[in-house]
Amino acid sequence: MTAATLSGRARATFAFAPADRGPPAKPASKSPAKAGAGAPISVRGLSKSFGTKEVLTALDLTVPAGQFLAIVGRSGCGKSTLLRTLVGLEQPTSGAVMVGDGQRGVGRIMFQEPRLLPWQRVVDNVRVGLSEGLPKAASKAQALDALGEVGLADRAGEWPSVLSGGQKQRVALARALVSRPKLLALDEPLGALDALTRIEMQSLIERVWLEQRFTAVLVTHDVAEALALADRVVLIEDGRIALDIDVDLPRPRRRGSAEIGALEGRILDHLFSSGGRPSDDRPGFEPEPVEYEKAYA
Amino acid sequence: MRFDAKSLLAFVIPVGLILVWQALASAGMIATEVLPAPSAIVAAGWRLALSGELWTNIGISAWRAAVGLVIGGGIGFALGLTNGLSRLSERLTDPTLQMIRTIPHLAMIPLVILWFGIDETAKIFLVALGVFFPIYLNTLHGIRTVDAQLVEMGRAYGMSSWALFSRVVLPGALPSIFVGLRYALGIMWLTLIVAETISASSGLGYMAMNAREFMLVDVVVLSILIYALLGKLADSIAKWLERATLSWHPAYLHV
Ligand SMILES: Nc1ncnc2c1ncn2[C@@H]1O[C@H](COP(=O)(O)OP(=O)(O)OP(=O)(O)O)[C@@H](O)[C@H]1O
Ligand SMILES: [Mg+2]
Repeated sequence: MTAATLSGRARATFAFAPADRGPPAKPASKSPAKAGAGAPISVRGLSKSFGTKEVLTALDLTVPAGQFLAIVGRSGCGKSTLLRTLVGLEQPTSGAVMVGDGQRGVGRIMFQEPRLLPWQRVVDNVRVGLSEGLPKAASKAQALDALGEVGLADRAGEWPSVLSGGQKQRVALARALVSRPKLLALDEPLGALDALTRIEMQSLIERVWLEQRFTAVLVTHDVAEALALADRVVLIEDGRIALDIDVDLPRPRRRGSAEIGALEGRILDHLFSSGGRPSDDRPGFEPEPVEYEKAYA
Repeated sequence: MRFDAKSLLAFVIPVGLILVWQALASAGMIATEVLPAPSAIVAAGWRLALSGELWTNIGISAWRAAVGLVIGGGIGFALGLTNGLSRLSERLTDPTLQMIRTIPHLAMIPLVILWFGIDETAKIFLVALGVFFPIYLNTLHGIRTVDAQLVEMGRAYGMSSWALFSRVVLPGALPSIFVGLRYALGIMWLTLIVAETISASSGLGYMAMNAREFMLVDVVVLSILIYALLGKLADSIAKWLERATLSWHPAYLHV
């Protein structure tokens, strides 16, 4: 286990370059030849407030390129907010977020809902993930490839509304992967699926991650899922990282193994311990660092 | 085929009513000055069709309807889009439009006659005014209610403003825009009937009023039926358009 990076009160104040304001995405990154390149993430002193409510408090996080990171925590602790900041959907109130070399279009996000365009065929929904400048034939071919990857090549011409929930989420995965992103951000993408489909999707995500080696950040409320997939699990509490665990187990991992059970127990203990007040009731001040240290010791 | 049997079902009652009507008229139970028999109406239609009078009047009425719809609907659509996409534009124009909306457009007839006389402009103006609001309101509503999650997805996936509009916002607003269009078509015919009946020297409404002066009840009823047919035709075209453009919609998938 590595200890969480201790975040001080000092805040980095240098300007953050929002990912969605930069130059247009470069189509060069789409070539499969460049697969395997993940983007490192560096988050320094990230704070995010909505009105007077501070959700993230001087959060520090470093993710090496190609790592599979899982983020867990109570509902409302700011997991989605952190993830959305990584892909430029939220701007930090203060602090710095750097993904790769800071260019736009490095990261792709998959939401809890598939968010497919109902009026576009499956293949065209996948093409949403590609640069608009790409010739139609080329983008179609790449989209079909990506659909093949998730096992839905034969459904390319259908409307999304005829697909099952799990299939829709696979199309969303294909859309996220089709541009060969260096970062894949997953915000509880399997939360709405039944148990069996979930496990299938988990293996699918693990497989494409092993193939493409992008950096993966998975937000989940399911500790077992986090441990089944991730190299490292961080727990967010009171706006910071309260627990940071390396999961150094061989893949594919066996569900219910003793090691996973032990790690799961540790994380759950932490979640249910007295230190873990529901974040939603947390008043807008920063907790004492002492309490914070004690929490993961 | 199941589909054909179903659509035939819709004709059972109208055809039945016409048969009963014909039977009662032939038996002399309905006075011809009150309501002529269906056969008499068909004969009148045949007579007018042969003389060409019928086609001229239908043509003129349809032309007025179409021009008014294009002008009023076009402006309503454009303003609906602009106000749906820009809060500034909405703040600037929407309160005024809502104020104008409280005036029943048919109440403007005396004023419109004063302004434009009884020539084409008057009728086209009234139709345009009538169709403007349903299209404006429904376009605005459609754009405002586009799924925000889809818009966010589009942003997150780096769509340009144009792509966001043409691939996410407009298709999302389309069902609502069609509701506005079909509503507008009803208002279009209604406005035209009133305007043509009150002041015109051609068109279906004029044909009916002219026939009334000569006590040609069959032509009066014929005009009314043709109005109904044209209204139905316009609605069917809109429905067909809807089906063609909304083929992704679960409601149309099985068709
Ligand atoms: N756009 C927003 N405006 C105001 N408050 C927000 C906004 N987005 C998030 N919040 C608040 O920030 C806090 C963290 O939200 P976030 O969605 O990041 O939680 P989460 O950890 O993802 O929770 P869950 O597990 O339930 O998805 C919540 O209290 C939420 O109400
Ligand atoms: Mg969330």
